[in-house]
Amino acid sequence: MDCNRESIELMHKYLDGDLTKPEECGLRTHLETCADCQHHFHELKRTITLIKSAEHFSAPEDFTQKVMKNLPTEKKRVTYKRWFKVHPILTAAALFFILMMGGIFSSWSQDTQLVVSKQDELIIEGDTVIVPEGVTVPGDVLVKNGNLIINGTIDGNVTLVNGELIEENPLEGENLMASAGGVNGEFESVDRVFEWMWYKVKDIFKSVFSF
Amino acid sequence: MDQFIKEKIKEVKKGDQAAFGDVVSFYQSKIYQHCFRMLGNAHEAEDMAQEAFIRAYVNIHSFDDRRKFSTWLYRIATNLTIDRIRKRKPDYFLDAEIKGAEGLNMYSQLASEERLPGEEVEGLELQRYIHHEISQLPPKYRSIIMLRYLEEFSLQEISEILDIPLGTVKTRIHRGREALRKRLRHV
Repeated sequence: MDCNRESIELMHKYLDGDLTKPEECGLRTHLETCADCQHHFHELKRTITLIKSAEHFSAPEDFTQKVMKNLPTEKKRVTYKRWFKVHPILTAAALFFILMMGGIFSSWSQDTQLVVSKQDELIIEGDTVIVPEGVTVPGDVLVKNGNLIINGTIDGNVTLVNGELIEENPLEGENLMASAGGVNGEFESVDRVFEWMWYKVKDIFKSVFSF
Repeated sequence: MDQFIKEKIKEVKKGDQAAFGDVVSFYQSKIYQHCFRMLGNAHEAEDMAQEAFIRAYVNIHSFDDRRKFSTWLYRIATNLTIDRIRKRKPDYFLDAEIKGAEGLNMYSQLASEERLPGEEVEGLELQRYIHHEISQLPPKYRSIIMLRYLEEFSLQEISEILDIPLGTVKTRIHRGREALRKRLRHV
């Protein structure tokens, strides 16, 4: 019985490929002399052959389609995360853009004070800037958070931010042309957030490229 | 083939769902068969095999490319089937042993399933008989015998799939072989 247990242990080691050379020799000599062990060894080898011939089963035909249909649609968050990982430079650019936009927005909502370009000829009454009649203002005029009345002439570009151009005599159609003609340059009025942003961005680019 | 699967997994990781279709087609029968042999019925086997692929897809980012994909996939499938076996109510299944009648189960109660030892079984009959005998082993031996001789994994790989020490795999495969030797000696 003892010989059996020991050699059966060796048989299993042999089947797992764990047998050393001397052990293998020992097992072989034993099998030649012991009919019981020989029979046992034969049965084990036969069992393995039999196991390998077990019935085979194939997956149902629509198996793959079913799996694909049931795959979860990826969570948006996961998709973003992966995208960020794959495109670090674009992510950095996007982040920069968001922060810059934030800066512009806050500067839009923060300053509500009247800002006027420095020209002695301009008269300020409350939140209204007036270009008096018969006066020519040299250079560009900027008015922020205020209205502008042009009775005289401006010798340059006019930028009006968050304000209106007020016509002194709105009823007289011909006068309208005359007063608008008082600007010897481009007239630009910015009074919406988007335009303001555009103006800012243009400004930033201008200052960047003027170096 | 390994290289083909590796490429596909890379594409899946990049978000290409269609590439996963190729992975499923390649492994579907192996995984379905594994689940079928573990669970013993086609309906549950299909459910679990489906679930295994879906889990593999969902967790694809936790798969380490340097390792073998099949090992990882079999691990998911094996864990699912073992969980299922634990959860199911034994009373409802034919495999269940009848109380007070050791070794007897509902199969032995079915006239059509009755087999005499030494009965001449051939061809498909024999294959089916062997399948049935394997399915009668306790799950912990069955899984190892299947992985070793039907799915041809190395003992080291089996130890990874089942997450048990190599020594335990060896002990169990010895016992599994002995148990089947006794069951199949009269064939």
